[in-house]
Amino acid sequence: MYYHSVTLDEEKCRGCTNCIKRCPAEAIRVRGGKARIIDELCIDCGECIRACPNHAKIAITDSWDLMDRFQYRIALPAPSLYGQFKNPDINRILTALLQIGFDDVFEVALGADIISHLTREEINRGDLKKPVISSSCPAVVRLVEIRFPSLLGNVLDLCTPMEASAMLAKDAAQKKTGLKREDIGVFFISPCGAKVTSVRRPIGVENSEVDGVFSLTSVYEKIASKVNHIEHPLPLSKASMVGVAWARSGGEAAGTMLENSIYVDGIQNVIKVLEEIELGKMEDLDFLEAMACVGGCVGGPLTVENNFVAQQRIKRLSERMQRESFVDKMTEQELVDEDKPDLERLRWSRSLERSNAMELSDDIGKALSMMQQIDEVLKTLPGLDCGSCGAPTCKTLAEDIVKGLATEYDCVFILKNKINDLAQELNNLAGKTPPVMGQERRKEL
Amino acid sequence: MERLAASYRLDYDVRARDYVSGGEVSSALRAILKQLSLPPDLVRRCCVACYEAEMNIIIHSFGGHMSIEIFPDRLEMIAQDSGPGIEDLQKAMQEGYSTASEEAREMGFGAGMGLPNIKANTDYFDIQTGKEGTTLTMKVLFLKKEGE
Ligand SMILES: Nc1ncnc2c1ncn2[C@@H]1O[C@H](COP(=O)(O)OP(=O)(O)O)[C@@H](O)[C@H]1O
Ligand code: SF4
Ligand code: SF4
Ligand SMILES: [Mg+2]
Repeated sequence: MYYHSVTLDEEKCRGCTNCIKRCPAEAIRVRGGKARIIDELCIDCGECIRACPNHAKIAITDSWDLMDRFQYRIALPAPSLYGQFKNPDINRILTALLQIGFDDVFEVALGADIISHLTREEINRGDLKKPVISSSCPAVVRLVEIRFPSLLGNVLDLCTPMEASAMLAKDAAQKKTGLKREDIGVFFISPCGAKVTSVRRPIGVENSEVDGVFSLTSVYEKIASKVNHIEHPLPLSKASMVGVAWARSGGEAAGTMLENSIYVDGIQNVIKVLEEIELGKMEDLDFLEAMACVGGCVGGPLTVENNFVAQQRIKRLSERMQRESFVDKMTEQELVDEDKPDLERLRWSRSLERSNAMELSDDIGKALSMMQQIDEVLKTLPGLDCGSCGAPTCKTLAEDIVKGLATEYDCVFILKNKINDLAQELNNLAGKTPPVMGQERRKEL
Repeated sequence: MERLAASYRLDYDVRARDYVSGGEVSSALRAILKQLSLPPDLVRRCCVACYEAEMNIIIHSFGGHMSIEIFPDRLEMIAQDSGPGIEDLQKAMQEGYSTASEEAREMGFGAGMGLPNIKANTDYFDIQTGKEGTTLTMKVLFLKKEGE
């Protein structure tokens, strides 16, 4: 069993089949009137959360009580948090976080600054296949593991800004407080469930340094009324415009400073581009930023503000940061030099693994005959992709039938035809009379 | 030891100049191959060869047909079209040689790498061409014997 943040709230689910059609991984089936997720296939992209009219698909985050377990608590706000506020003032937002129970903050945008710097180095080193594919969106990394295993060697082998920030925040707090590492709690404020899952099932590292994840929505609710009433905001903002821009699509690609990079957002668009890369059509490209959410992380399912509005705010915010003098703000390079963190630790210690979730069987011959059977079954289905059977398409139902996970009578059309046939037969039988009754009937007639 | 093994067939008509549908055959092939337990690189090689053969029918021919058969140990693929044939086969096999139309170039095709890529990604490759059409026969072996 795999852990997934994205799950079904069974009470709310009405089995309406809206989500099964929107899942890019074809990972949802309605069973017993409930739209259940197939763990092996789900990539936590959150499309089903957006699609469900009953709010029955949710991303599980941690409970606020988790903070009590730690003596020193650090908030790690994703830069997408800034985009939730009108005319965002980063110092005010960070100061407000200190008023709701955190002892310290570490901007994930700062982690993004550092990862931008390392990404450039990594690409110039040239060990990875081109185009190098960003690893910052965990939904995309899972997609590659499941659907594009031939591209695993293209994936950037660096920690996400979240993971980097957690590591560096703990280092700094240990130095500052003298506490033991396990007494320091680091809490990521997340725009999505994919990040939650990547904490429980880490990507590229053995264990995540993140101790808990709160939804951006819940944190926004706690600080929204405070932010504008802060009289003396503390000078907490350290990240540069490069790190802040990661909140929206295009920010990470721009941060690599490579001319030959592109960015793509929205999971279906990501799939199309990865298919082209697999065909070798983008080998002259250096870097691909790929985000599951339209607009990037500001479009995450756990955000509050409309993602187009938030994108524009992030854009303006980073432009403003560029114009402002950096008098008491360190530039990205100085920052990297000054803190002198051991950047080697921010490289992955574990490689990605291909998933075999798509395979019909580990025996090729058996899989081929299953495919023939699937085609045979598919011919008997109406081809309407209506979803009433609980599978997203007739093709997926045919696959499920051959795998033994569904029966042909799950199809309402086949069921109806069968009932028709039976009714016909009943009718025929009703017209027949046993010999001992024959006399009477003959008289009647 | 030969035994009767299952195979799976894919058959597709490919229309000339139908750039919009370009890549549909290789997409379908990819979806099929991902359901088999094959090394990712083999899947990629099959798809590249399929895609380039498919696009050549669209870009350079009067239209044709792709038939693909997958066996437990190999993939066999035939791309056949009804003309006009390749004028200079030797040149066509060179990297970078292309006679693609202006229209095709505008759409990003015509790098002249298709045939060389097919050759590089397949274990067996044959090409027969004449005015009446071109036929590519390709094989990718899933299991290589010792020493191959
Ligand atoms: N099916 C075909 N029918 C006619 N000509 C072809 C066909 N396939 C390839 N050719 C010729 O061979 C040349 C090289 O093909 P290829 O290496 O695929 O490069 P490209 O398609 O980019 O031109 C083409 O420009 C064309 O002149
Ligand atoms: S999170 Fe994405 S992959 Fe998982 S079930 Fe929902 S839509 Fe499908
Ligand atoms: S784009 Fe950002 S918010 Fe959306 S799933 Fe990926 S990491 Fe999460
Ligand atoms: Mg070609």
